[in-house]
Amino acid sequence: MAEAVRKPRVVRGWPRSSPRPFGARLLWVLPPVALLALFFLYPLALVVQQSFRPDSGGTSLQPYADVFASEAFRHALWTTVWLALASTGGCLVLGFLLALVIAFVPLPGAKGVARFIDVYLSFPSFLITLALLFIYGTTGIIGSFQFLTTPWGVLLAEVTYFTPFVMRPLLAAFSQLDTAQLEAASSLGARAPRIVRQVILPEALPALAAGGSLVLVLCLNEFGIVLFTGAKGVTTLPMLVYSKAILESDYPGACVVAVVNVLISVGLYGLYRVVSRRAGA
Amino acid sequence: MLVHSRRAKWAVWAVFLVLFLPLFALPLLVVLGASFATHWSGVLPSGLTTGHYRAATRGEALQALTTSLVTAVTASLLALATGTWAALAGAALKKRHRRLLDALFVLPVAVPSVVVGLSVLVAFSKPPMLLNGTRWIVILAHTVLVTAFAHQSVSAAITRLDPAYEQAAASLGARPAYVLWRVRLPLLLPSLTAAAGLCFALSMGELSATMMLYPPDWTPLPVLIYAATDRGALFAGSAIAVVLMAATLLVLFAVSRVRTRASYR
Repeated sequence: MAEAVRKPRVVRGWPRSSPRPFGARLLWVLPPVALLALFFLYPLALVVQQSFRPDSGGTSLQPYADVFASEAFRHALWTTVWLALASTGGCLVLGFLLALVIAFVPLPGAKGVARFIDVYLSFPSFLITLALLFIYGTTGIIGSFQFLTTPWGVLLAEVTYFTPFVMRPLLAAFSQLDTAQLEAASSLGARAPRIVRQVILPEALPALAAGGSLVLVLCLNEFGIVLFTGAKGVTTLPMLVYSKAILESDYPGACVVAVVNVLISVGLYGLYRVVSRRAGA
Repeated sequence: MLVHSRRAKWAVWAVFLVLFLPLFALPLLVVLGASFATHWSGVLPSGLTTGHYRAATRGEALQALTTSLVTAVTASLLALATGTWAALAGAALKKRHRRLLDALFVLPVAVPSVVVGLSVLVAFSKPPMLLNGTRWIVILAHTVLVTAFAHQSVSAAITRLDPAYEQAAASLGARPAYVLWRVRLPLLLPSLTAAAGLCFALSMGELSATMMLYPPDWTPLPVLIYAATDRGALFAGSAIAVVLMAATLLVLFAVSRVRTRASYR
């Protein structure tokens, strides 16, 4: 995940020319692409195909009509979207504040904090929900107020887990910010809030956009956090795919939800790639 | 450098710690604390015991640990091989083709892992490729999910690679295969090990696709943790979660020890 958010630094050197002809170079790409096609693209195509094949046989749009008509689906779609948007907003605000302190008000042991974030990112997301179960669960530390079985519990868990994904690119961007700019602004009489608003924030915008859209996609696809809350009231699209396929054995319905989920996520991820490429340029 | 007065600095740090510690450190500490306890209704856990660890390191849990390790190592190696091959072959392509290849290999990040699980389930539940019910379907799904990350980090490292080394080697008469084996791969080794660690950690914690696919005799640790919490055994589940975290960290630490002469760059 670390490399996914860090933009590559291009070394300007001599153009890399290969003695091999172009056709041979294309041929070398074929084996991995064939593997990807067989194990990833072909199964995805089958999911799309299955979504047009109702259990009654034939090819029709019936599964789509059924799923779109169901209250559960519309509810899940809405829950997924607002949870993802709210989590992303929370992560951006919190990540920006925390990264700001780590980068510009250096704490004794800020290196340790950065390393802790690395370690934190290598843990699975459901650990957060597991911990929240102890804190807010029915016999928890704070006591039972059924907070976890509401969308707010999922929101808290997602903000907690995904904020470091925003902090990583921000810290990278802040480390490239010239300190002289801050000192110039400060010596001209700007106070800290103004420096943050007018000097640091504009510099951080590309990193914020890149980190934010990555988190948005990850939140749309999040499954472990929602599964572990065990909340019946909180159903997101990935959760609906799981329950339709595994618990109800309704494969056409599961495939329809999967297609919708993929369209939303891949569309947003495409946007993320475009934004982060802009930011890298 | 942003805040100059000593008092303001302390205030900022205090706010930082108040936000940072409860949000990020507390969850991990709570899981760690709960794994040693049998009750937790006050501020601190009570009924301290190591019994959960005794259960978490034998029998079913030990088998799940081996399952997770075997799955993660196999998936990481397969993903690293495929991703590196694609990144190396893609680096020789024209820019337009390379973009297409990058987009193709990054797609599994954007597709929800639950959907990857569903698609693998749909595709490999029937002949000629009947993998459903075997361990290979889990390993396959993990490989698909982590290949994107392996490819991304290796291809980012390739663009940072200084072409002067391989050009010098080629100008001295080294064949492409020799250049690849003796110059490019050694230079890439630090990022290859980093990518391997990333893939391993992701695969160890993978739950979404696994929940769709796992056969009864191939239960990885996250599934076991879910099963434990689902039946209300939260404290036993925490102990297994701590085992999972410890195993991941140990392997990551070991991988980060793999250093070469190229790592000074």
